[in-house]
Amino acid sequence: MSKIERDDISGTSTTGHEWDGIKELNTPLPRWWLWTFYGTIVWALAYSVVYPAWPLVNSATSGLFGYSSRGEVAKEIAEAAGAQGEWRDRIKAADFGQISQDPKLFEFARAGGAAAFKVNCIQCHGSGAAGGKGYPNLNDDDWLWGGTFEEIHTTLQNGVRFAGDNETRFSQMPAFGDGMLSPDEISSTAEYVLSLSGQPHDAEAAAKGAPLYAANCVSCHGERGEGVRDVGGARLNDAIWLYGGGKESIVAQITRPRQGVMPAWGGRLDDVTIKELAIYVYSLGGGETLQRQ
Amino acid sequence: MSDSEQLAKTAMWGGVAFLMILLAATAKDSGFAVHAWIGFLAAAAVIVFHARRFPHGQSSPTDASAYLDGVVKAGMIATVFWGLAGFLVGVVIALQLTFPALNFDLPWTNFGRLRPLHTSAVVFAFGGNALIATSFYVVQRTCRTRLALGNLAWFVFWGYQLFIVLAATGYLLGVTQSREYAEPEWYVDLWLTVVWVAYLAVFLATLIQRKEPHIYVANWFYLSFIVTIAMLHVVNNLALPVSLLGAKSYSLFSGVQDALTQWWYGHNAVGFFLTAGFLGMMYYFVPKRAQRPVYSYRLSIVHFWSLIFLYIWAGPHHLHYTALPDWAQSLGMIFSIMLWMPSWGGMINGLMTLSGAWDKLRTDPVLRIMVLAVAFYGMSTFEGPMMSIKAVNSLSHYTDWTIGHVHSGALGWVGMISIAAVYHLVPRLWGRQELYSLRLVNWHFWLATLGIVLYAASMWVAGIMQGLMWREYDDQGFLVYSFAESVAAMHPYYFIRATGGILYLAGALVMTYNLIRTVRGDVRQRAPAAAVAVA
Repeated sequence: MSKIERDDISGTSTTGHEWDGIKELNTPLPRWWLWTFYGTIVWALAYSVVYPAWPLVNSATSGLFGYSSRGEVAKEIAEAAGAQGEWRDRIKAADFGQISQDPKLFEFARAGGAAAFKVNCIQCHGSGAAGGKGYPNLNDDDWLWGGTFEEIHTTLQNGVRFAGDNETRFSQMPAFGDGMLSPDEISSTAEYVLSLSGQPHDAEAAAKGAPLYAANCVSCHGERGEGVRDVGGARLNDAIWLYGGGKESIVAQITRPRQGVMPAWGGRLDDVTIKELAIYVYSLGGGETLQRQ
Repeated sequence: MSDSEQLAKTAMWGGVAFLMILLAATAKDSGFAVHAWIGFLAAAAVIVFHARRFPHGQSSPTDASAYLDGVVKAGMIATVFWGLAGFLVGVVIALQLTFPALNFDLPWTNFGRLRPLHTSAVVFAFGGNALIATSFYVVQRTCRTRLALGNLAWFVFWGYQLFIVLAATGYLLGVTQSREYAEPEWYVDLWLTVVWVAYLAVFLATLIQRKEPHIYVANWFYLSFIVTIAMLHVVNNLALPVSLLGAKSYSLFSGVQDALTQWWYGHNAVGFFLTAGFLGMMYYFVPKRAQRPVYSYRLSIVHFWSLIFLYIWAGPHHLHYTALPDWAQSLGMIFSIMLWMPSWGGMINGLMTLSGAWDKLRTDPVLRIMVLAVAFYGMSTFEGPMMSIKAVNSLSHYTDWTIGHVHSGALGWVGMISIAAVYHLVPRLWGRQELYSLRLVNWHFWLATLGIVLYAASMWVAGIMQGLMWREYDDQGFLVYSFAESVAAMHPYYFIRATGGILYLAGALVMTYNLIRTVRGDVRQRAPAAAVAVA
């Protein structure tokens, strides 16, 4: 069985073993393979001296330069913060009026707000801040809680209907379907609401809905559906709808309203970042000055 | 076996079936109940099997000197079946990532449940069956002896299929312990342990009763695969069930120790299941097919021992820049770098074995598939150590580059070497002269190659793009992209990837047709190449 032969093609001899017709050549290890292998071992040992590598009883070797990945991150964060430090200090010190007077500072704050928005806000408001059903569009000039720098800042700081914040923006539309209005009455009221925004509606039903609206809705949504900012009452006489503007959506909202929640970012984000976010959201197109209110 | 023994056996399985009904009735959750019913069906199938042989006891005397090839044949069928299933689910989830609507908003069809179904189906069902079947074939031939321990090999086969069914149905029902590549719950793990120990016993006992003086290198690799997987499986799955009548269990590990245990398991599943096991396959089928001696006996020894010694320490490279202590990250990285040459030893031995037989590549597409497999093996075992370098990993980690890397290994190496082994074995096992059509094998070769290239290339581009987008800062020091923007940017690459998967699946369908015709005994009439329409 054990018969060493010479392989004609390679000129190498076999090991003399054979299994099911398979033989093995006694070729030496390829030199390049062996030396590369040695090379990786030498490199590995060297690396293990330079960097933390070998576990000891209660700790591990720390390497020649005391490298640690946490230290590295801390250093990079400190560097990044250092590079922005001067700008951030200025944003911290200035009020919104001063920031908007300084084009360079304003631009920096806006860029910072845009970056923070991408990480924290687009999940609900969308990457273009255009919102979606249930999530307000921030590009338009329709504001539930006000569109000045300060008002946007307050909304960011304290959130909307956010349970963990005592100062949070709060409004609660009652569920009129729970015994306050009959389905018929709700339907008529919805027709009236449709009429406020100039949508096609059943005039007869809307006429029936008008007194119902006056009795139940005016205090928050205004006489002509213009909305009441102080209580977060949504404007109803435009084409912008948070939960949909069709008859069905309006009926659904009156019957059992959806009440959106936005977290309070105070405490989650630092003060400068919240300021930057307010400036970014303000700059999207719908920012308001106090006079325009 | 006498009639009374047969009766006793049937009664015992009746008892098992009854127990399963009891478990189903008292189960704490629906997943466990469904699995108890599957257990009942399995026990009932065993009873029917015994009952059919009952009046005569033994059906026919087995020739103890012949090889036990029935179980290898069954393994071939299982390999092809699970391969198709696994590739199909892969295509489905690739399309789900491209078009999220295909999740259908149903718990059973969402990506989270189908993804483990895909990974387990291709790794354990397709790859596992290919490994078990070929190891049974190879160990018999290279030891010149029948599989030891009677019909235990058949228990291994059917027990393993039951494991696959339990795992797969569990995933769809939401039964998972959320450990990557080890998702099945505690009772399925226990069952697999029993099956795996039986597998080890069959393989070892066959080696021990070998009629050859030496143990062939393929068997070293198979054995290291079986032993190490047993160890990995048991340790990684140590858990305490909440109830003996429910599916849920809690791992014994927590925190960073848990993470390290999982990646010690996960990486060595790659190392010993997907590398060592399939190297065993390569070491038999490549020299056999090329009809050339193995290039270097010494290289096979050195790369075997260095591979299995170094691989087991490389797992921490999956946890770079995490809570894992820096020293463990360093060790994971340097062991991965040292692993480069030991891995390449297998590639060199595979490719150089062909020296003197390269001309066969022109006429034998099966050999061509083997070369493709070994080439992808070399490529991904270079890419792996490279990606373990922390600086590279800081870009590649958590991106689809990793997915591309895994698939160049899985589709290219594991898939193609298994497919080549199946093409080699099916005509031999079913006693056919040759395959129905070599031309179809050639089609399969090109469909699969194109599929892999599309897959790997799109994921490289996508992964690097993702990594760069995540870390891009503008000149004022602010992040440029949101995560969602990087997701949106992936869309065209996900589409290309899905196309690659479809091509790979198409190749497997061509193979299935070819194999069915081969088993039926058909041989395609060969006209001169130019005159033949595409089949």
